Amino acid sequence: MDGQGAGRSEARLRAKRRRARRGAAISAASTVVVLGGLAAIVLTSSGWHAFHATFLSWSVFKDSFPDVLGGFWLDVKLFVIVEAIVLALGLVVALTRVTSGPVLFPLRLLATVYTDVFRGIPTILLVYLVGFGIPALELRGVPADPVVLGGFALALSYSAYVAENYRAGIQSVHPSQRAAALSVGLTESQAMRHVILPQAVRRVVPPLMNDFIALQKDVALVAILGPQEAFRIAQIYGSSHFNYTPLLAAAVLYLCVTIPMARFVDHLQKRTRETRS
Amino acid sequence: MTPPVLEVRGVTKAYGDHRVLGGIDLQVREHEAVALIGASGSGKSTLLRCIDLLEEIGEGDILLDGAVITDPSVEPVEVRRHLALVFQAFNLFPHLSVLENIVLAPVRAHGTPRGEAVEHARELLARFGLAGREADYPDRLSGGQQQRVAIVRALATHPRALLLDEVTSALDPELVGEVLGAIRDLKADGMTMIIATHEMAFAREVADEVCFLHEGLIVERGAPGRLLESPEREETRRFLRRVLEAR
Repeated sequence: MDGQGAGRSEARLRAKRRRARRGAAISAASTVVVLGGLAAIVLTSSGWHAFHATFLSWSVFKDSFPDVLGGFWLDVKLFVIVEAIVLALGLVVALTRVTSGPVLFPLRLLATVYTDVFRGIPTILLVYLVGFGIPALELRGVPADPVVLGGFALALSYSAYVAENYRAGIQSVHPSQRAAALSVGLTESQAMRHVILPQAVRRVVPPLMNDFIALQKDVALVAILGPQEAFRIAQIYGSSHFNYTPLLAAAVLYLCVTIPMARFVDHLQKRTRETRS
Repeated sequence: MTPPVLEVRGVTKAYGDHRVLGGIDLQVREHEAVALIGASGSGKSTLLRCIDLLEEIGEGDILLDGAVITDPSVEPVEVRRHLALVFQAFNLFPHLSVLENIVLAPVRAHGTPRGEAVEHARELLARFGLAGREADYPDRLSGGQQQRVAIVRALATHPRALLLDEVTSALDPELVGEVLGAIRDLKADGMTMIIATHEMAFAREVADEVCFLHEGLIVERGAPGRLLESPEREETRRFLRRVLEAR
C-alpha cells in the first residue's frame, strides 16, 4: 500500500513539472509570435523610415537629453511640493465633510462644493483658468509665476480626489470603533485622531498612491502656461529641429518615475490583501 | 444613606417609531452586580449604551452617584470617563498593540503620566493572565484573550461601574469560561457591574439581582435563585424554558 502511495505521489509530482514546463514553453512561443507580429507590422509600414528619422534619432536623443532632463527636474520639484499640499489639503476637506453638528453645516457645504467643482473640471481646463484667470484679476500680493499658479491648479484638482479617498477610508472604519473610543472617555476629535484616522489612512494608501502616479504625469500640464519643464522643452526642441525624439526622451523620464511607483503600489496592495485575509 | 452608584428612572428610547425601551427603572448599589437577561432585541444592549451616553434617551433620567447625567448641560465625555463599557465584539483598536489599546484612554483622556499608565496596564494584564502579550496586536490573540484585553482596557480608567454587554456571546464555547472567570474575580473585588448576559448559570452565581427584559420593559426582577427557579411571570417562564431547551 505504502509503496504504491509513494509511487503515485512521485508520478503526480512528475506530471506537475511536465505541466509547468509545457506552460512556460507555450507562453514563450506566444510572446514571440505576438511581439514579432507587431514588430513586422510597424517595420513594414510605409511611413516607418520617416518615423524612424523624426522620432527615433539617437543623435537627437543624446543631444537633447540633458536639456529635457533639466526640465524634468522642475517637474519633480513641482510634483513633490504639490503632493505635500494635496495630502494636507485633501485631509482637511475630508475631515470637514465627515463632521456632524449643525454649526459646521456651512463648512460641510463648502467642502462638498469644493470636491464637486474641482473634481468635475478637467485638470487641463483648471490649469488654464487658474494660470490665465488669476493674473488677469491683477490682485495685489498674488503670485503671477506660472509654475506657482500651475501647481496651485493641480493642488485644487488633486486635493478634491484625495479628499474623497480619505473620506471613503474614514467611512469604512466600523462605527463600533468610534463607540469604543468614546466609551473609554476620548473626545470626538481624539477618537478621530487616535482611532479612526490611523485605520482609515492605512486602508487608502494604495488608492492614494494611484493618485500620486496620476499627479506625476499631470505636472506636464503646467507646460501650457509656459514654464520650461520636460514636455515643454521637448516640444520646443522638436519644433525647432523638426525632430520629435526629445518627446520620447521626456516620455522615458516619466516612465523612470512612474513604473517604480506602480510596482510599489502593487506591492502595497498585495500586502494589504495578505494582512486582511 | 449614600445614593446608588447607578440609577435609571423611567428611561425610554425609540428609533423613529420603533420603541426599544419603554420606561426602565433600575438601581445598582456599590459593589452590586445586576444581571440583565432577556431575548435578543429585548433592549439589554440599548440600555447599556444609553447609560454610557452612547445613545440619547427619550424620557426619564439616569443618575451616576446621585447626579443626573442625562441633563443636556452635562458633558458626555466627562461621564464616560467614569464608566466603562465592554462590548460583545470586543471592539479593540486593531492598529494598536495590546498595551497601547489599554493606555490610550488613561493617557489621552485622563492625563495619567505614561509611565504610570503603562505600569498599571502591566499589573492588570498580569492579573488577567495576559502577562507578556503587551506588544501583540489584537489579531494575534484568541477571542477569549481579546475580550480579557477589552476588560483590562475598561478597568484601566478606574471606572465607578462596569457595563458588560453580552461579553461571551461572540466567543467559541471553550473560551467562555476564561472570560466569565475574569468577571467572577471582579465581582469578588467588589466591582459595581451591570451584566447583560445569556449565561443563566453565570448570572445566578455572580449577580445580586436579575432583571428580565421583555420588549423594552423589565417585567420581572428579583434574587437570582428565586427568579431563575420559580419565575412569577409567564413571559419569564417562556424565556427560561426556551433558553434551557436550546442547551
